[in-house]
Amino acid sequence: MTSIIERGAATRPIVPPPARKPGFFGSSTGQKAVMAVTGAVLVLFLAGHMAGNLKTFAGATAFNEYAAWLREVGYPALPKRAVLTLVEVVLVAAVGLHLWSAVALARRAARARPVRYARRRRSQAGGYVVHIMRWGGLTIALFVIYHLLDLTFGVANPAGPAATPYARVVAGFQHWYVTLVYTLAVVMVGLHLRHGLWSAFQTLGLGRHRKALQAGAVLVSAGLVAGFLSVPYAVLIGVVR
Amino acid sequence: MNLTLKIWRQHDAAKSGQMVTYHVEEVSPDMSFLEMLDVLNERLILDGDDPVAFDHDCREGICGMCGLVINGVAHGESRATTTCQLHMRQFSDGDVITVEPWRAAPFPVIKDLVVDRSAFDRIIQAGGFISVPAGSAPDAHAVPVKKEDADAAFDAATCIGCGACVAACPNGSASLFTAAKITHLGLLPQGQPERAVRAKAMVEQMDLEGFGGCTNTGECTAVCPKGIPLDTIARMNADFLGRRG
Amino acid sequence: MTDRMSFQVGEDIRDTKAPDGPIEERWERRKFQARLVNPANKRKLHVIVVGTGLAGGSAAATLGELGYQVTSFCYQDSPRRAHSIAAQGGINAAKNYRGDGDSIHRLFYDTVKGGDFRSRESNVYRLAQVSVNIIDQAVAQGVPFAREYGGLLDTRSFGGAQVSRTFYARGQTGQQLLLGAYQALERQIAAGTVTMNARHEMLELIISDGRARGVVVRDLVTGEIESHLADAVVLATGGYGNVFFLSTNAKGCNTTAIWRAHRKGAMFANPCFTQIHPTCIPVSGDHQSKLTLMSESLRNDGRVWVPVQAGDTRAPGDIPEAERDYYLERIYPAFGNLVPRDIASRAAKNVCDEGRGVGPGGLGVYLDFADAIARLGRPAIEAKYGNLFDMYAQITGEDPYRRPMRIYPAVHYTMGGLWVDYDLQSTIPGLFVIGEANFSDHGANRLGASALMQGLADGYFVLPTTIGDYLADARDFGPVDDVAVAEAEIAVRDRIARLLAVDGTRTADSYHRELGKLMWDYCGMERTEESLRKALERIPELRAEFWRNVKVSGTAEELNQALERAGRVADFFDLAELMCLDALNRTESCGGHFRAESQDADGEAVRDDEKFAYVAAWEHTPDGPVLHREHLEYAYVTMTQRSYK
Repeated sequence: MTSIIERGAATRPIVPPPARKPGFFGSSTGQKAVMAVTGAVLVLFLAGHMAGNLKTFAGATAFNEYAAWLREVGYPALPKRAVLTLVEVVLVAAVGLHLWSAVALARRAARARPVRYARRRRSQAGGYVVHIMRWGGLTIALFVIYHLLDLTFGVANPAGPAATPYARVVAGFQHWYVTLVYTLAVVMVGLHLRHGLWSAFQTLGLGRHRKALQAGAVLVSAGLVAGFLSVPYAVLIGVVR
Repeated sequence: MNLTLKIWRQHDAAKSGQMVTYHVEEVSPDMSFLEMLDVLNERLILDGDDPVAFDHDCREGICGMCGLVINGVAHGESRATTTCQLHMRQFSDGDVITVEPWRAAPFPVIKDLVVDRSAFDRIIQAGGFISVPAGSAPDAHAVPVKKEDADAAFDAATCIGCGACVAACPNGSASLFTAAKITHLGLLPQGQPERAVRAKAMVEQMDLEGFGGCTNTGECTAVCPKGIPLDTIARMNADFLGRRG
Repeated sequence: MTDRMSFQVGEDIRDTKAPDGPIEERWERRKFQARLVNPANKRKLHVIVVGTGLAGGSAAATLGELGYQVTSFCYQDSPRRAHSIAAQGGINAAKNYRGDGDSIHRLFYDTVKGGDFRSRESNVYRLAQVSVNIIDQAVAQGVPFAREYGGLLDTRSFGGAQVSRTFYARGQTGQQLLLGAYQALERQIAAGTVTMNARHEMLELIISDGRARGVVVRDLVTGEIESHLADAVVLATGGYGNVFFLSTNAKGCNTTAIWRAHRKGAMFANPCFTQIHPTCIPVSGDHQSKLTLMSESLRNDGRVWVPVQAGDTRAPGDIPEAERDYYLERIYPAFGNLVPRDIASRAAKNVCDEGRGVGPGGLGVYLDFADAIARLGRPAIEAKYGNLFDMYAQITGEDPYRRPMRIYPAVHYTMGGLWVDYDLQSTIPGLFVIGEANFSDHGANRLGASALMQGLADGYFVLPTTIGDYLADARDFGPVDDVAVAEAEIAVRDRIARLLAVDGTRTADSYHRELGKLMWDYCGMERTEESLRKALERIPELRAEFWRNVKVSGTAEELNQALERAGRVADFFDLAELMCLDALNRTESCGGHFRAESQDADGEAVRDDEKFAYVAAWEHTPDGPVLHREHLEYAYVTMTQRSYK
């Protein structure tokens, strides 16, 4: 009975890549899940933030009291700023992980296509998505830094750090260029969410009703954009002063 | 009609390639795209040049062997077609057409427009099957399957494994291919026992092969000759994350 | 040189493996008599399987499961691409789920009769028995067959069968069954029992001590010539319809593997039995590289016609009713447009020969849906045939809703192949042949939806049992003769070197086209003594010119598709010659083989059971072909003349 029988190179079996298990966070699907969950946290925060912003229409006192309340939630049962700090920690972690997964996936994508197409590909899916998610995400990150310096810390605000929150809002948005920057940024956030929202459902395996989810994402994004932009424009046209 | 072709030429995996321009004359609009390349190749052979290597076999859109990126679009601009089903009447006299291979690290170029897609076979090896030895199967009517499930499973199972999804994906992801098989088998009662482990093993293999991650751009399904829907990827994710939906 | 038109007649041959006794019990008895190989020994036994279609893929997977060491080859880039994938219609099985009177015996009867009494009763009965297991196996593997609302499998009737026994997965049954086999194969590859070599083409068979012990293959990527040795070799390399250049086969389908085996001693049975399908999209020009099948179901609602006047170039819409000839309805009033495949094909050829064909080159007839659209409404036609109409529009650029389709017959299956016994073993010990590559089950004509059935029956159920009986003796085989291996390798290298050295002025494809046209004209739908003699004169001339004047660019040590094609064309020449010789010898008409001399007054085929109730098994010898007859006996089905009255 013959036993060894191979000659030549081709009898080698296809050797699978080394069984280095990437683990959950090392897998593309795991990284996407991180992206989806952290994105969801940020969307919930945005919804709350937007609702809070609308307090501006209730007048200076109400808005400033709301701003103060944010720092004292749970007091005296909890120390001042405890809840706020917790929220801040969660937000920073969410932003950090969101960025990490974005970078991990972008690097994975770059590795997967080392040679680019000679003819620039046109999107077949009506897509702006990749650009809006990656470059849009970066734009939003830069905006957030400016936004914190402007309205949270006040250092970049015309009214300065000493002014009340309401005063800072009014002082800033009176200028057309400040409102313009905010408009661009908020619209970018809306576009980011338009894809990001349904995408999160899809990534978490909840995307069975894709058309409905996509329509829902458009509505929610539009709602957030309108809510966020209502305040600056109210200031700009003098409804809020 | 007369056409100008810019075709990727690369002698083998080890050498670098470049775009080379060819002129093809008297192309009949009834020719398929591959027949037009046949004509070019006949001429190149007679001139003693190296003909353009490209993969093809059935030439009726089902074997999945052919696949060219034509003017930047996988399988060309006609929807729901393979390269072999693309006809020259889609083009006009004087057109300049770029022809490139699938571009992805896990699909290395073997020669010219021919790429190695064995990564797909290894993804199937990881778990794209139901373990049944021949001869041990129960009667086919032993387990009824809801018609909707059978039909949806069929839709996913029509994947021809051509790799256009990877070629079109800005991330070079093989999610649509992998998800199509996970969906096909996961929708059928026969596929349930191995469902969770299948999804995990296949996704892991997909990552190990070096494909990119999915960012739900939908480019894959837009060029897919069989129109495999994006929903399959949601199913894959659900199975991978251990959810039953 | 011997006379091309003559041949020697050798001794009759017999299938010695089929058990006797009642036909129902033969397969059971053979299975029981077949010796088994114990599992520990199986691991030491090596089997080569060439081809990964339904037969080869399922065989390699099953042999791997059983514990053999399997090495598998295919010329495509993945085993999933084999041309079984293109089968549309369905797969027959005698499940009788409908309770409509089907049974194993009826499927057996229909297949023997459909094959025009040129197949073996024992083989066909086994096929019908095993058909039942195939469906079970496929469903367990997750093949998504069409289902009813109650969750059970749907079936349809096919090819004029009176029962509904065809299981299907929309129009892609072949694809789904092949992917089932492919997945089973990949599972074994992962398990290490099967070693897969894609992009490898078999170019020679290695015979040592009278047994098939290996193959010489070319790595199509590097050009390296490799020998692989084993204890048995299985060929599952499909049919040879591409000898006609234009056929519904894939471009790569070729005869090289079985032809090389034939030259090494395996007899080739009934090479002239080819099946021609009446509803294909016609050739549109000289550039045409293949033909596309349109489902035969179109003939249920379409009416076939040509202009009454030869050379009428008016658009179909401009030809008034009175000047149209609905020739099928005229000649066959009872069956009309639904006459069987071969009759419809021949009738189309006849009207085109009269100069009344339509479309480019005059090789086409109209298939007109205007009446059906008027009667049923366009939505109904869309629902029934929408995908086919789309496919037609895509290929031809014409809208079949407004303008009648043009159709023409095309070659799509070959019933002939290497001769095998009941165990599927060829005349070379240790060389097994399965699927379309063998000749065994379809006689002179294959029924619709039976190709998938035979491929899977051979691969999943028959071969894995019968090969064990052969391999039970493997310890006595001894080592493979190094000289035999070296000679086989040298032969391959020489052939490649010769092809590259010619450096002539015509491409291999242009010769292939010419050979194909010649075969289509002289050995196609209708054959006459005169046409076959003409072909037998012309083929050797063309072959000689090919070897003098072919141009193959590039080298042997690289991916060289021109070289691959040239090698295949070279073998097609030799096969074409044998086909014509076989067709010349068989002066009767039967099944897919129509000799114009043997027809009745209505133009129907007339069999000659007195003279030709045999399998023509051709042996290759240095002195030319030798015919061996295997006489066929029918104990369970009475031989009758086919009739469509």
